[in-house]
Amino acid sequence: MIEVSGLSVSLQGTQILAPTTLRLPGGQITALIGPNGAGKSTLARAIARITPPAPGQVRVNGLDVATTPGRRLARELAFLGQHTGLASRLRVRELVGFGRWPHCHGRPGPADRAAVERALADFDLQPLAGRFLDTLSGGQAQRAHLAMAAAQETPWLILDEPLNNLDLAHARALMAHLARLREAGRSVLIVLHDLNFAAGWADHVVAMKAGRVVAEGAPGTVLTAAQLSALYDTEIAVAEHAGRPLVLHHL
Amino acid sequence: MRLRIAGLAALLALCIGLWLFQGLTGNRAFVLELRAGKLAALLLVGAGVGMATVLLQSVAQNRILTPSIMGFDALYLLAQSAALAALGPSAFAALPAGPKFGLEAGVMTLAAVALFGTLLGRHGPADIGRTILTGIILGILFRAGAGLIGRMLDPNAYAVVQAASFANFGRPAVETTAWAAALELPAMALALWLGPRLDVMALGRERAVSLGLEYRAMVLGALALVAGLTAVSTALVGPVAFFGLIVAGLAHSLLPGARHRPLLIAAALIAAVMLVGGQWAFERVLGLRATLSVVIEFGGGIVFLALLMRGKIR
Repeated sequence: MIEVSGLSVSLQGTQILAPTTLRLPGGQITALIGPNGAGKSTLARAIARITPPAPGQVRVNGLDVATTPGRRLARELAFLGQHTGLASRLRVRELVGFGRWPHCHGRPGPADRAAVERALADFDLQPLAGRFLDTLSGGQAQRAHLAMAAAQETPWLILDEPLNNLDLAHARALMAHLARLREAGRSVLIVLHDLNFAAGWADHVVAMKAGRVVAEGAPGTVLTAAQLSALYDTEIAVAEHAGRPLVLHHL
Repeated sequence: MRLRIAGLAALLALCIGLWLFQGLTGNRAFVLELRAGKLAALLLVGAGVGMATVLLQSVAQNRILTPSIMGFDALYLLAQSAALAALGPSAFAALPAGPKFGLEAGVMTLAAVALFGTLLGRHGPADIGRTILTGIILGILFRAGAGLIGRMLDPNAYAVVQAASFANFGRPAVETTAWAAALELPAMALALWLGPRLDVMALGRERAVSLGLEYRAMVLGALALVAGLTAVSTALVGPVAFFGLIVAGLAHSLLPGARHRPLLIAAALIAAVMLVGGQWAFERVLGLRATLSVVIEFGGGIVFLALLMRGKIR
């Protein structure tokens, strides 16, 4: 359970996130959707304590993000941002290994090595494990970063537009992996641009616009033609496929 | 990787052997003592410059910065000039070497952490261009500040400042060696102990925070180490501009993708080999017809330009 109460974020005098109160249930995949500049990333980054402390309170599984030591929080939530550039030269397996830092602090044991191998396998990275990251394509590097966040094996996984650069097979594989994590009792907060991934995989959708939460609920109640048209200020038709909404935003 | 570090260690042992025992004639005890004093100073300078550069490059997420490009050594000279101006030349000269060095290093470390901590620590080095530019401008500011104080001093006092403001590997300040070692050896041990944390820090602020590293404290600590190590080398031989760049570049290319512990050790060894071996060659083989600092700065300048041309800013 993530509880956000009265959280607001301003950058250089501009309010990016209006005071927001939100409860994200555990054990589910929650999708954050909304047009550009809606404050989705800002909300995700504030929950993951990446942005400096802001007015309001964020509690992740009961731990106040502002006051709990970073090393404790790193065992409660893992975050992957949009910016995946790296200054250090690393091999894929080494990068994924850093995901175990909160558990082993630089001294990996057998459990940590097993977790790294699991993450490499989950993201289809075993053939690339020995390669340097700067020799990989954008999508392959993105998968390596996802594997690192997954290797952290935290109750909460917070991903900011993780589908960037991924081809459709790997995008679907990522969502299926998140669904497996949910079956194992873990929780995911994911910022998504492609509404159909939200429609197809999320249990809970939070729609944001201009720094405010404008709608939240099950995909069927949020992803309707009327709500989406108002959210994106453009006509969007919604059909149904296999009992879930199918957003026809490209037509 | 271990093999390459062992190779470097062997090379350094060879250089040390040559430095100490080659052409040993006359009063052996006296010559050995003289040589050992200089050797200790050169080893401290080399290890300090090498480690400080690797540390700073990790903090700044950038392979082209060195402590002296960012003005750390100029800051030391400024602290020294300011102390000289405040105390007067006779009181300054009468200060015992140890406390004087300790005071200067302390002032410099505090100032460096305050300045560069606000520059690099708050949101991480988001904008590399701005970081480099600010560092270079601060470096010029410190150098100009030291120059201004120099102009206001009387010529006798200025001579003291001037002697300290050019690199001189031939006559290191042997009297400060013991004090410098007392500061540098714990700093080096701390840097090696922090190695795994430095690896996490080098992933960048966002990932480091997500992994639970106290990023800001780590950046400030690393900057304090850089300042302390740079203070040692500047106190012993004076400012060196591009030496650190060569050393860090060689360490990175010798151990590609290495973690910080081997990288720091390799950088310290490479720098020590270059200084001890180079000084031996210039003093004993070339008969002091050239100056090591000039050659090192020339080579380092070319490496700097080559890095720029190949676009290896990051």
